[in-house]
Amino acid sequence: MTQARDIAALRHDFPLIANRPDLVYLDSAATTQKPQAVLDAIAEHYRTANANVHRAAHALSGAATEAFEAARSTVAQRIHAQSPNEIVWTKGTTEAINLVAASYAPTVLGPGDNVVITRMEHHSNIVPWQVACERTGAELKAVDVSMHGIDQDDLAGKVDERTRIVAVVHVSNVLGVVNDIPGIARLARKVDAAVVVDGAQAMAHLDVDVAALGCDFYAFSAHKMYGPTGIGALWGREHLLEQMPPWQTGGEMIEEVRIEHTSYAGLPFRFEAGTPNIAGAIGIAAAADYLGGLDGAALRTHETELVQLAESGLRQVEGLEIIGPDAAKGPVVSFAIEDAHPQDIGTLLDQQGIAVRTGHHCAMPLMEALGLPGTVRASFALYNSASDVERFVQAVRKAREFL
Amino acid sequence: MNWASSEPAARTSVPATALDDIRMAFELFDAWEDTYRFVIDLGQEVAEMPPGQRTPAALVRGCQSQVWLHAHRDEGSGHVRFDIDSDAHIVRGLIAILLAVYDDHSPAEIVAFDIEGLFDELGLLSHLSPTRGNGLRVIVQRIRAVARAAGDGHASTAK
Repeated sequence: MTQARDIAALRHDFPLIANRPDLVYLDSAATTQKPQAVLDAIAEHYRTANANVHRAAHALSGAATEAFEAARSTVAQRIHAQSPNEIVWTKGTTEAINLVAASYAPTVLGPGDNVVITRMEHHSNIVPWQVACERTGAELKAVDVSMHGIDQDDLAGKVDERTRIVAVVHVSNVLGVVNDIPGIARLARKVDAAVVVDGAQAMAHLDVDVAALGCDFYAFSAHKMYGPTGIGALWGREHLLEQMPPWQTGGEMIEEVRIEHTSYAGLPFRFEAGTPNIAGAIGIAAAADYLGGLDGAALRTHETELVQLAESGLRQVEGLEIIGPDAAKGPVVSFAIEDAHPQDIGTLLDQQGIAVRTGHHCAMPLMEALGLPGTVRASFALYNSASDVERFVQAVRKAREFL
Repeated sequence: MNWASSEPAARTSVPATALDDIRMAFELFDAWEDTYRFVIDLGQEVAEMPPGQRTPAALVRGCQSQVWLHAHRDEGSGHVRFDIDSDAHIVRGLIAILLAVYDDHSPAEIVAFDIEGLFDELGLLSHLSPTRGNGLRVIVQRIRAVARAAGDGHASTAK
C-alpha cells in the first residue's frame, strides 16, 4: 500500500506529466493521463498476445481470450460486482447509458410511466432518456439542483409510483458534488424503480462498491480512470441483464444463427456484438490494477488537499465565485469571475501553460439552472501537485488583471 | 444568408483601428501579455450591438462564447458592412481584427483575402484552428458565406 507521502512520487508514473514540466494539466475530468503500467500492458498485448477472442481454435486466441476475460474479472472485482457476467464492455460511459436506455428502458416504460433525472446530469445521462421516453410515451422529469447538490424535497416529490428509472450522476463533472446514491437507491426501491448511475467522474477518485451503493446499473469509462480511450463498462445486476434484449446485433453475441431465427448468447456476450476492444480491456484492467495498488484514503487526502489549496487561493481573487458545494466533493473546482467570460480566462490560462476546461461542460441544463454561461473548471488527479495549484492560482490572478 | 434581410445596424462613431496599424502594433510585441492586452483593447473599440439585435437568428453557432453577426450591403458602394459582437473580451478583440479586414469591402475582396496568412503573421493562427472552442473559424466561414452570397449576380473585380 502506498502511503500519503508517496503520492507525490506517483507523478513519475505518468510519462506525459513527467515529460512536460512546462504544463500544468488540470483537465483530468475530461480525460486523465495514463501511467506507464497501462501503456506497457497495451503494448505488451499487441507485441505478444494479439489474437481475436472467443473464436479461433488456436492457442494464441485461447491465451488472448483468457487475458480478455481476466480483464473482465479484474474490473468486476474493482467495483465489487458479484460476477464478471455483470460487466458488459462498452465504448465508455455514454454507450453504457445508451445500452440501458435502448435495451432495458423499453421493457419497463410505457405511457404514464416516468424517468427521473437531475438537472446536474451530463448530456450523456439526459439525451438517451429523452429518446427512450419519446419512444415509449413515458415522461422525463428533471430534479432541481443548486450548486450545493440535488434538491432533496424535489427529488422525493418527483419520484412517484410511476417512476421506473432514476438516472443520476455519482460525482458531478462540473460541481464535484458527490451524490448520495444509497439514499437515492432507497427512495427508488420503494417504488420499484431501477437506479442507473453515471460513474464517469467517480472511478478515478472513489473506491466504488456497487453492492454498497445499492444501484442497479453503473456506467463508467476507462479513460477517466487512467485507462485508454474507447472502452468502458456497464455493470448491471445479473437478473436485470438476463431479462434484457440485445441492442446491437452481429457476431459474438449469438448462440446459433439460422436464416429463420437466431438465438442469443448468454451474459455478457449478448451485449457485445462484433470484435470487442481487446487491447482496451487489457488497458482498463491495468488501470484498475494500478488504482488497486494505491491507498485509496491517501489518494483522496491528496486530492482533497489540492482542492482546498486551490479554493483558498482562488477566494483571494476579486470577483471570483467558486461554483460548487462547501461540502466534501470530487477533485473539481469550477469558478466564474465577474465580467469575465470563462473562455477568456481559459485562453489566458492556456497562454500560461495551464490546461483547464471552459464552457458548459456538456451540462447545459445545469448552466441554465445556475444562471451561468459556463464556468472555468480545474480538475485534479493523483499526479497533480501543490506546485501545480500554486501556478494555477497565480495564473488566474494574472488573467484577472487582464479582464 | 441573412445579410440582405437584416436591418442595417446603427454604428457608433468610434473609429476602428485600421489593419495596417494592427499589423505594426503586433510587430512590436514579444510577450503574449502584450499581444493579449492589445487584443482586449481592440475589443473595446468594437461597437456594442444593441440587445435588440442580439437575436437568435444573428447568433453564430459553434462558438463557446456568444457571437452575433449582422451584415448588409451598402447600396452605393456595393460593399458589405458587418456588425459583429461577442460577450467574451478576447473574441471581441479578434472580431475587431476581422472587422478591420472585412468590413466595408467588396464581396470579391472579402472572399480573396488570405485570413490564415494574416493570423499566422500576427501569431494568432491557433485561434483559427478547428480545435479551438472560440469559434473564430466559424465566424470567418460565416463572413465568407455572406460575401459569396452577396457576390452572386453582382460582378465585382477582385483587387
